[in-house]
Amino acid sequence: MAHETLITLSLAILLLPLAGFVLLIFFGRRLPRQGDWLGTGLITVSFALAVTVLVQKLTQYHDETLGLSFSWINFHDVPLVGPLKLVLGVQVDNLAAIMLCVVTLVSMLVHLFSIGYMRGDVRYSRYFAYLGLFSFSMLEIVLADNLFLLYVGWELVGICSYLLIGHWYEKKSASNAAIKAFITNRVGDFGFLIGMLTLYATFHTFNLRELFEGIQRLPGDGQGWLTAAGVLIFCGAIGKSAQFPLHVWLPDAMEGPTPVSALIHAATMVAAGVYLVARTFPLMTGDALMVIAYIGAITAFIAATIAIVQNDIKKVLAYSTISQLGYMIMSMGVGGYTGGFFHLTTHAMFKAGLFLGSGSVIHAMHHALHRQNDHHTDAQDIRSMGGLKARMPVTFWTFVVFTLAISGVPLTSGFLSKDEILAGTLAFAGLTGHALIPVIGFLVAGLTAFYMFRVVILTFLGEPADAGRMEHVHESPAVMTIPLVILAALSLCFVFSLNPVDASGSWIARAVERPATVVPSVLAGPGAQEFEEGVRHFHWTAMALSLTVAGMGILAAFMTYSWKKINADAIEAALRPVHTFLLNKWYFDELYNGVLVRGLLGATVVLRWFDNTVVDGIVNGAGLVTRGVSFVSGRFDHYVIDGLVNLTAWVSGAFGLLFRKTQTGRVQTYVVLALFSVMIFYFIFRLG
Amino acid sequence: MASSLFGIGILSWMTFLPVLGMVVVLMLPKGRPGLTRWTALAVTLVQVALAAVLFGYFDRSLAGISSQGTMQFVEKARWIDVQGVSWFGRVHIEYLLGIDGLSVVMVLLTALISCVAVISSWTIEKSLKGYFALLLLLDTGMMGVFVALDFFLFYMFWEVMLLPMYFLIGIWGGSRREYAAIKFFLYTLLGSVLMLLAMLALYFSTNVYIDPAGTLYSIAEGAKLGIPGLEKIHTFNLLQMMDPGNFVPGSLLAGFNTFWRYAAYVALFIGFAIKVPLFPFHTWLPDAHVEAPTPISVILAGVLLKMGTYGMLRISFPIFPDAMRHFAWELALLGVISMVYGALVAMAQTDFKKLIAYSSISHMGIVVLGMASMNTQGMMGAVFQMFNHGTITAMLFLIVGVLYDRAHTRGLNEFGGLMNQMPRYAGMMTVAFFAALGLPGLSGFVSELLSLLGAFQTFQTLTIISAVTIVLTAGYMLWVLQRVFLGTLPDKWKGLTDLNARETLMLASLAAIVIFLGIYPAPMLNLMNTSLNALSGIVLHGGAGTMMGMN
Repeated sequence: MAHETLITLSLAILLLPLAGFVLLIFFGRRLPRQGDWLGTGLITVSFALAVTVLVQKLTQYHDETLGLSFSWINFHDVPLVGPLKLVLGVQVDNLAAIMLCVVTLVSMLVHLFSIGYMRGDVRYSRYFAYLGLFSFSMLEIVLADNLFLLYVGWELVGICSYLLIGHWYEKKSASNAAIKAFITNRVGDFGFLIGMLTLYATFHTFNLRELFEGIQRLPGDGQGWLTAAGVLIFCGAIGKSAQFPLHVWLPDAMEGPTPVSALIHAATMVAAGVYLVARTFPLMTGDALMVIAYIGAITAFIAATIAIVQNDIKKVLAYSTISQLGYMIMSMGVGGYTGGFFHLTTHAMFKAGLFLGSGSVIHAMHHALHRQNDHHTDAQDIRSMGGLKARMPVTFWTFVVFTLAISGVPLTSGFLSKDEILAGTLAFAGLTGHALIPVIGFLVAGLTAFYMFRVVILTFLGEPADAGRMEHVHESPAVMTIPLVILAALSLCFVFSLNPVDASGSWIARAVERPATVVPSVLAGPGAQEFEEGVRHFHWTAMALSLTVAGMGILAAFMTYSWKKINADAIEAALRPVHTFLLNKWYFDELYNGVLVRGLLGATVVLRWFDNTVVDGIVNGAGLVTRGVSFVSGRFDHYVIDGLVNLTAWVSGAFGLLFRKTQTGRVQTYVVLALFSVMIFYFIFRLG
Repeated sequence: MASSLFGIGILSWMTFLPVLGMVVVLMLPKGRPGLTRWTALAVTLVQVALAAVLFGYFDRSLAGISSQGTMQFVEKARWIDVQGVSWFGRVHIEYLLGIDGLSVVMVLLTALISCVAVISSWTIEKSLKGYFALLLLLDTGMMGVFVALDFFLFYMFWEVMLLPMYFLIGIWGGSRREYAAIKFFLYTLLGSVLMLLAMLALYFSTNVYIDPAGTLYSIAEGAKLGIPGLEKIHTFNLLQMMDPGNFVPGSLLAGFNTFWRYAAYVALFIGFAIKVPLFPFHTWLPDAHVEAPTPISVILAGVLLKMGTYGMLRISFPIFPDAMRHFAWELALLGVISMVYGALVAMAQTDFKKLIAYSSISHMGIVVLGMASMNTQGMMGAVFQMFNHGTITAMLFLIVGVLYDRAHTRGLNEFGGLMNQMPRYAGMMTVAFFAALGLPGLSGFVSELLSLLGAFQTFQTLTIISAVTIVLTAGYMLWVLQRVFLGTLPDKWKGLTDLNARETLMLASLAAIVIFLGIYPAPMLNLMNTSLNALSGIVLHGGAGTMMGMN
């Protein structure tokens, strides 16, 4: 297949969901079945095309990057700079081709699942429209060859997330969660934007390849600002991938419909942060990568500890997602580019599966509670479930596969990718001495296995919490279980590697190779070569260790929740402060609400007062002073100026009054007066 | 290209057509409201059609700015020519119209917003004839400001626009309309006085040659040509004022970087800043907006505010490039303060319209920051933001108006759940709100990003501070959206009706522009690009010769 065809197909993959959005927004309600088939059909076509593109890309153009660009804004001849354009474009490299497949696949399955899950929803067609818009935006991030388009897609997925979290906006909690998600993301985007501007100010381009070339041409010293630029761009990932300290929005985002959580808040959008780091990997300095590694590790740890104590099935999965995203970010930070991206791919499958599985459970629970006329029990609380295995076999077995995958049990895809990451952390520690990173890595692996099996046991095994409710629980319809089965199949290791214990020779490892760094050598972190050797060296160690901790985690879960050998309540009571601390999610929300949000709102009120009283007060005061002055000058005018005039007039009047007496009208008087006058004048002049 | 009808050029038609319309409206018989409305609509529609012609025939490769030769659709006539006025000398004032890439964008915006405002005025019942007559007069004033190339003419249009605005707010406004109208009037008048002083100072400081036919030559040209019969006179011609060679040696504003040049620049600046309005000159705006009827708010936010920033770009920057550079940081600072401060104060408002008014201050701050950057990206961002703010804020005020028409209140906390009650309305609102918070794919994003892109190259710290507004704006916009449109509908609003055809038409056409320019901004950016490259060149190199270190 020719270059151009492949690019055209990629554009079609991108634009089909957008077409679906436009059609559904305008005509959705008038279409039969409110157009669910239209959205689902279009994304299915996109998926088919994505598979074609991936296969063609890997077989024909394995090491090439295909691209297409156009001039979006032409600044022409800019003073001091010269001709300048803002060129936008798409690129298909192996990374993008794989992501195209992942995004369209999960999106397609979520579309399908939603047909069952969302049936009868008040805004059914609107829901499918937003799914289409989201798919388009996400694919735009994937295909962008420049930071500008990336940022555009970045914001658009943010707004889709907002719209879908707030899908049931009649609920205050849903609209609050939607706002929280968007604003928190914007905080991260603020950093991303500044990072973009920093790079643009130096290189006058957003194109990633040109940026890399520009950085390569820089002189070796005095480029410390590259670390700042790298970290600023990473801020975007902190927001989108829900990393510490901006992770608080993701658990709340579970207010959205569960399939949305699967698509956006587990498989694709939240992974965009990892993808961003992968895309900008060459310009990250050693220090920037160190920051990335530690942020990822801290996030993975915090989230895993919180996940242990949560009782809402979706909340557990949400924290698990944060934790796993931390894993990927950490992997990127330590230099495990391939491992991080590999985990992104495998995680997309099994985590989407976990969410859809939980959706299937919640769907059944809702139905059962509805039948029981029970409006108090929380359909998402794992304590009110139990024993669902018998009633929902497909959901159960697929859920088990996903859980095994996330716990890193052999023969699953998660085993391969997690091993890759952990070996990378060991290699990193060997090269830099930062031993805390692998310690957290293995600890989190154990915790993950524990809390995931806790969910499985409490939800599906054991005795039902309420036997009467069980009778109303049914397996979900095929439109919902088929996606689960597909995802379960894709969570097995053979999809990625025929060798079940080593993925280094797999197609994905060959396709996604760590790109060379472009930063000056003094700023670069450990070299790729040494890192690879370290990974090979620690491969079996990592595998043995990770199997051990995962086994211990699983065992502990069964001991506690199935065989009751360990009394969870006793431990909880013994560790009351810790438990409370974890249950309250380390009090991040309280901190942010108490300090940031309240502080901001307080500041706005103060400023409103300032504006009304001081700034406007000066204006009104100036008006008042002017009026005062004009009053005084008015009085002055009236009494003094006009007074003088009046005085003159009065004096004249008085004289007039006086002289009027002489105006008698009698000729004799005039004659006498005239004579008098003449005599007076005569004497005056005589004397003079 | 210089298309004319009855010997009158297209710009004159666009400017004075509304006056003709006003005369017609005043002569119409009373008690025929339909006729009055349709007349006004017809006039503004013709204006829009003429604007479309301008858009089609405008040559994108000509710079304009300081050279009359590359101005387009130029119309010139001898207007006032009085020989030997005592100590004034010969007063020769031209009727000089012309547009370049900077003004064409504003002309398009004015035509568009005037038309929308007329459609939005359909519901006005009180003294209809007077209302439409004033509205059309206002239209002429605005259009005139954007096409005048002579300072005297510019000033005249600037003042012409003031009076109808005063009455439109003062008669058709809300409960505190008189206070708001007088505040608006006096505040703007204060600015006008300062502008007048600067104008006169410029007039007496510049010299040009004039030949018997009335053609002006710059001092350099005149000396070179040596045509007999040339006479040296003062001039109000803006383009001649931009030529440093025309300043009379030893006059008040001669030279560069002098105290008086700075003083004149600051005087002009305050005159324009009041209009923008920039912090701390902004407090007339919320009052004026809250009291003004919807169409007048639309015009106020859509066009009038832009006259301030337009004035700076058209007059202050090219005539005083030295002072502009000297005060660039302060200018940017005021822009940033307006952005952040406006957003914060907006967040604390409970009146829907007042909130939008403060958001307007915040968004106009971006324009000022962008143009203070002095580079092409920043200036293009600024001018494009002027256009986009015009369309987006017009939408926002229309949205407030639609709600106020039905509910007779603007209290943000009194609503909820309108998304379900008024779906079409909610759709329009979504576009406008998302555009206002800078969502990519909508026009506001492009102009904000370009402004920041330019600004960051000149003022890094200030730009970083200003970028905080992307978070704040999202905050208050989404909060409004939640309070008014999400949640559950209070019982008392169960009777609210969705948009009617007229309202849909206005909002949908603006929304279409917002979306189109968000995806493909090139048509608008290409219009202004050449001119702004030239302006950036003048600002960077003009006056003292080289650009001073800035950072």
